[in-house]
Amino acid sequence: MKTASAIPIDGTMETPWSLPYRGTVGMACLIVAEAAIFIIFIVAYIFYIGKSLSGPTPAQVLELPIFGTICLLSSSITVHFAVSALRKQDFRTCTIHLAGTVLLGSIFLVTTAQEWYHLIHNEGLTIRTNLFGTTYYSLVGLHASHVVVGLIMLSLTLGFSLTGRVTEEHSEKLEVLSLYWHFVDAVWVVVFLVVYVLGR
Amino acid sequence: MTTTPVIEAIDETTGSQGRPPMNVVYEWLTTVDHKKIGLMYIVYALIFLVIAGFQAILMRIQLAVPNNHFVSPQVFNQLFTMHGTTMVFFVGMPILFGFGNYLIPLMIGARDMAFPRLNAFSFWISAFAGVLLYFSYVGGSGLYAAGTAPDVGWFAYAPLTAKIFSPGHSTDYWTLAVFLSGVGSIGTALNIVTTIISMRCKGMTMGRMPLLVWLYLVMASLVFVTVSPLTAAQIMLTLDRYLGAHFFDTQAGGSAVLWMHFFWIFGHPEVYVLVLPAFAFVNEIVPVFSRKAIFGYPAMVAASVGIGFISLSVWAHHMFTVGLGPAGNTFFVFATMVISVPTGIKIFNWLATIWGGKVIFATPMMFCVAFLFQFLIAGLTGIMLSAAPFDWQLGNSYFVVAHFHYVLVGAILFALFAAFYYWYPKVTGRMMSEKLGRWHFWLFVIGFHLTFDFMHVPGLLGMPRRIYTYEAGRGWETWNLIVGIGAIIQTIATLIFVFNLVRSYFKGEVAGHDPWDAWTLEWATTSPPPSYNFAVDPTINSRRPLWDLKHPEDSDSSYE
Repeated sequence: MKTASAIPIDGTMETPWSLPYRGTVGMACLIVAEAAIFIIFIVAYIFYIGKSLSGPTPAQVLELPIFGTICLLSSSITVHFAVSALRKQDFRTCTIHLAGTVLLGSIFLVTTAQEWYHLIHNEGLTIRTNLFGTTYYSLVGLHASHVVVGLIMLSLTLGFSLTGRVTEEHSEKLEVLSLYWHFVDAVWVVVFLVVYVLGR
Repeated sequence: MTTTPVIEAIDETTGSQGRPPMNVVYEWLTTVDHKKIGLMYIVYALIFLVIAGFQAILMRIQLAVPNNHFVSPQVFNQLFTMHGTTMVFFVGMPILFGFGNYLIPLMIGARDMAFPRLNAFSFWISAFAGVLLYFSYVGGSGLYAAGTAPDVGWFAYAPLTAKIFSPGHSTDYWTLAVFLSGVGSIGTALNIVTTIISMRCKGMTMGRMPLLVWLYLVMASLVFVTVSPLTAAQIMLTLDRYLGAHFFDTQAGGSAVLWMHFFWIFGHPEVYVLVLPAFAFVNEIVPVFSRKAIFGYPAMVAASVGIGFISLSVWAHHMFTVGLGPAGNTFFVFATMVISVPTGIKIFNWLATIWGGKVIFATPMMFCVAFLFQFLIAGLTGIMLSAAPFDWQLGNSYFVVAHFHYVLVGAILFALFAAFYYWYPKVTGRMMSEKLGRWHFWLFVIGFHLTFDFMHVPGLLGMPRRIYTYEAGRGWETWNLIVGIGAIIQTIATLIFVFNLVRSYFKGEVAGHDPWDAWTLEWATTSPPPSYNFAVDPTINSRRPLWDLKHPEDSDSSYE
C-alpha cells in the first residue's frame, strides 16, 4: 500500500535542537518512583519506633555499622571516577575503579550479612519477633536488595570492561548506572540516620 | 511571518493481508511498536471492561429488589472486590496507557516510545497481573480445593487481610496482581515521561506540545509518587502474610490505620491519574469541533500541574470517619476544597473554547459536552463530601458510591468514548458510524443518569455500601430498582458501541488522513499510520502545525 501524506517540514531552525539523553531521564524517573517506595518504608519505620510490645529494642542490639557505611559511600566516589575515566578514554583506570566499586559494595553487603547473622543467632531477633524486627529487616532488606541489583549490573559492566568491550560511546550508559548507584548510597545515608541514629 | 514548507512523503506499509495467521500472531506477541502495544492495551482493557461490567450487572440484579437471594453474601463480597479492582487496575489504567502509547509519539512527531522493549515488558506484566487476579477463581484456596476470588474489598482494609481472617490464597492473588500491575504502570509511566522529554520533534518546545501530551506528562509523573506507595504497601502485606511480620497486625502493636493511609496515598491521586487523561482527550476534541484554538493554553497547563501537586495532599478525606482530630480534618477539608480551583479553571476554559465557536455536534463532541455537565456535578458532590461533618453522615453510604461513579463513568468513561469516536479513523482508517454513535450516546446518557443520579438518594436515606441485600420498608426499593434499570440501559448502549467498533472496521466509511480537519501532528500521517509513523521527521513552528500547513497566509507561528 502506497499513499502520500503531507508532513510539515521546516529546514530553517533558528536554534540548534537538542534534548536530554533518554537514559538519564528514564533513570531519574525510576529514582523518583523508588524513592517513593523507600519513603513509605521509612515512614513505617519511624511510625513504629518504640511501639514494639516486646524486646529486644534497637538500643539493646544495634551497633553503628561504621565500616560498611564508609565502604558503601566510598564506592560512590570510585564509580564517579570510573565514569570520568571512561569519558577521557582511559579504559584501564575505568576498569580499576569499577572493580573497586564492586569490591566496596560487596564488603558492605558482607557487613550487613554479619549484622543480620548476629541479630538472628545471638540476639534472637527475626522479622516475627516484634515491630522493630518487622520494620528493621524490611527496610534494611529493601536497601540491601537494591545494593544486590546494583552490584549485579556493576559486575556485568566490569566483566565487559575486562574483556575490553566498554568504549567511550558507553560513557553515557555507565553514567546512568552510576546515577542508580549514587541513589542507593543516598538512601543508605537516610536509612543509617533513621535506623541507627534516630531509632536508637 | 514564516510559512511551513510541506513535504509529500511516500508512506509504505507492509499490509498484514495474505500472511499465515501464525505469523500475524507471532508479530503481535513480539511487537515493540508503540501503536500495536497501545492497541493491545486497549483491547485487553475492553475485555476486562466487559467482565467487570458483567459483575456490576450481577450486583445490580441482586440489589434490585429487597430480600433477594440471587447471589450469596460471599459471592457478593467477591463481586464488588473484583469489580473495583478490575475497573481501576485492569480497565482504567491500561486503557489510558493504551491511548497514551498510541497517541503520544504521533503527537510529538516521534517514531516510537523512548524504550520500546520496556514498553512491551510493561504491557505483558500488566496483562499477566490481570490473568493472575482472575486465576484466583480457580486457585484461590490452593489448586486442589474449590477456588475463591478475593473478597476483601478493593481497598482491602487491615486486619481483614490478615492470614487468620483471609485464609487461603485469594488475598495473595489480589496482592500479587495489584503489585505486578503497579510494576507495569511504573514502567509505562517512566516510558511516557522519557518519551515526552527526550523524543520531541524539532521545534516542539514544551510550550508547543499538544495539551494531551502535557496532561500525560503530569499524569505519568503522578504515577511515580502514587503507585509506588501502593507497591510498598503490598510488599508489607505480603511480608505480614507470609513471613509473619507485624506491619498491619494489631495484636502485635501494628496499625490498621497505617494501611488506610498507605492505601489512600495511592488511592486518591489515582483518581487524578485516571481523570487527567480524560481531560487530555477533551482538550484535543473540544477545540477541533468548536473550530477554535483552545482557550487559555498556559492556564490549562498550570491548572493540570496544580492538580497534580494538590492531589498529593488530599488523601485523608477518605478517612474522616476514622477520627483524625480537628487539625487533620481541617487540613484535609481545605486541601480537598482547594483542588476545585484548578479544576474550575479547566471547566471555564473549555466553555470559553466552545463560546463563539462554530460548534459541530459530531459524536465525539456530544460525549465531550455530556462530560462537561457530568464532571461538574461530580465535582459538586465532591465538594459536599469534602466537608468533614457531611462526610461523617454519608461516609461509606451509597452517596459516596454515586459520587465516585459519577467521576469514573460520567467523566472518564464519557471522555473515553469521545476519544474512541475521535481517533478510531486514525487507528483503522475508517469512520465509526455516526448513526449508531447517536444511539450509543443517547442510550448511555439516559442509562447513566437513571443509575447514578438516583443512586445518590438511597445513600441520603442511609443505605450503606457493600450490603448484599436489605429489608423492604426502608424506602430504598424504588431507587434501587431504577438504578438497576439504568444499568441495563447502559449495557445495551455499550453493546451498540462494541457492535459499532467491530462493524465500522469492515464497513465504515474510508476516513483519509484527516477526517476532522484537525491540527495536531497525528493527522499529518496516513490512517492507519505506517510502522515508522512519519516518513521524514516533522518540524513544527507552532502549537497547531497542521493549521499552519493548511493556512500558510495566517499561520499560528506568526502570533506566538
